[in-house]
Amino acid sequence: MTDLNLSDAEKSYIVDGVKLGIRVDGRGRLDYRQLEIETGVVSTANGSARVRLDRTDVLVTVKMEIERPLPDQPENGRIHFFVNCSANATPEFEGRGGDDLATSLSAMMERVYSSPHTLDRSKLCVVKGKHVRGLYIDIEILECGGNLFDAISLGVKTALWATKMPKLYVTGEDGGELEFSVSDNPHDIDRIDVSNAPILITHLRITENLTVVDPTPEEECCGPVRVVVSVTPQGFITATQQFGSGTFNPQTLTASLKSARDLGQKIHNRLLRKLQQEEQMSDRQVKGFL
Amino acid sequence: MEIQLACELPRVQNMVHVQGSAKPRLVTPGEVIYQDTSFMRGHGTYMEEGVQVASVAGYVTRVNRLITVTPLRQVYQGAVGDTIVGRITQVQTNRWKVDVNSRLDAELRLSNIQLPGGEQRRSNLEDERGMRGLLREGDLVCVEVQKISDDGLLRLAARSIKYGKLSQGTLLAVSPSLIVQDKQRMHDLPCGARVVFGANGYVYITPTVPQEQASTYTVNFEEVPVDIRKTIGRLRNCIKLLAIHSIMISPTSVTSAFDMSVEQEYEIKDLLKPDVMQDVAMATVQMLNE
Repeated sequence: MTDLNLSDAEKSYIVDGVKLGIRVDGRGRLDYRQLEIETGVVSTANGSARVRLDRTDVLVTVKMEIERPLPDQPENGRIHFFVNCSANATPEFEGRGGDDLATSLSAMMERVYSSPHTLDRSKLCVVKGKHVRGLYIDIEILECGGNLFDAISLGVKTALWATKMPKLYVTGEDGGELEFSVSDNPHDIDRIDVSNAPILITHLRITENLTVVDPTPEEECCGPVRVVVSVTPQGFITATQQFGSGTFNPQTLTASLKSARDLGQKIHNRLLRKLQQEEQMSDRQVKGFL
Repeated sequence: MEIQLACELPRVQNMVHVQGSAKPRLVTPGEVIYQDTSFMRGHGTYMEEGVQVASVAGYVTRVNRLITVTPLRQVYQGAVGDTIVGRITQVQTNRWKVDVNSRLDAELRLSNIQLPGGEQRRSNLEDERGMRGLLREGDLVCVEVQKISDDGLLRLAARSIKYGKLSQGTLLAVSPSLIVQDKQRMHDLPCGARVVFGANGYVYITPTVPQEQASTYTVNFEEVPVDIRKTIGRLRNCIKLLAIHSIMISPTSVTSAFDMSVEQEYEIKDLLKPDVMQDVAMATVQMLNE
């Protein structure tokens, strides 16, 4: 993902470490780094979140629009994902350099959220067949410190949790066109139900039969192939995708899926607890970027 | 995975409490240093309308009548005689290009390295063909700055047994201004690892090797045992936490931080958590001031 080019000696040090069960920074194979989350960092968006995982830094904003539904899904709201890889993250994202990564990230997110079991999009309906809410989810990658997929999915879930959409009322009809009024009371809002929203768990294959989670950029250099698993809070796997050139042993793959499921459920629980805790804070100051 | 809210995390605190000495004066670019015009203008300053103004953010240092501003963060400029760590980026005819954390990639000529076998052997065509066998892209080298050409390009040399390719271990990049100036750059720390404090901010941690086995261009791929890995991992995390809290990195400070973290019985992976990092950093500063 980044232009790191490790020497054979460093690679063998990393690979041997994974074999012995101790990674370069002292973590075990299934240990995550500490995640830092904050909601409400962008005041102009309906919902926003910033997620940091060591040096990985992702900003997610959710904005709402009223738009026409797709003809085949007249009562489903629409969700659009846009990923932007900032050239501040690594110089190679400059120009069109980050486009491939951005496309694969946004395609993965779109796939994960397309299932009706993850997010009930009929709740975003305003007038069936005519007007639905569209959510524009912008993901800005500010810094790359490895494990982008997991960080982004956590960021999206956090931002959706924090999204507050003003309630819409149909006030009248004028020549076939409906008129709306948007509530300007800050407490008269709709929230999004994220109780089923999935997160992604990445397993990177470092060496034969051994995978690690939450890889650093150096580790990503050593393992070309990874499997990204989307897990819901109930422990359902809703999507999997393999990235990179390489193969997984069937046993390794099953083990990875199982451990992703267990890890995913734990992370979901912790995330929800933390988000509730943050919401209950009465005078929370937004730390933001300073 | 542990999740923390951004508002719960400790703010990075000012930890410099040097007793007995006056607090150093910090200036920002454009700030007037002294109204008095009798001082001499040094690095990091310029004259504007008869007064001396800082051109970088940093500490004011005064030697007799000469005023300089030492920047807090800077791109590595290079100085003749510095021992630095670099990564080979290109193999060209007769020379290697080396990434040294500077503005330009440095240059290491084939004639400036000690070839295997001969003491004072001249390099021939055969050596030129086998350059990639000595050092290839991605390899880490420990070298000395021999000369700085007019355009700022660093010319490197490795004409001694102590320089050459680095074996298994892990690299950490910190700000070059945090590395303490020292004659000796390679240290066998008492905790049982060898640390190369490159003047350019690249710090390399490897297992200690017996002197007679140290050969310049071959790498030992033998598996590093777990206890040495633990030491290296702890050292890595300690150096990282010192860098995050802007504490000067020297063998003394690294050893104190290491001992401190062992004494307080933190696990290696605990040292990745911001609150633990701050604890250890504070304790280290206190220990250094005593």
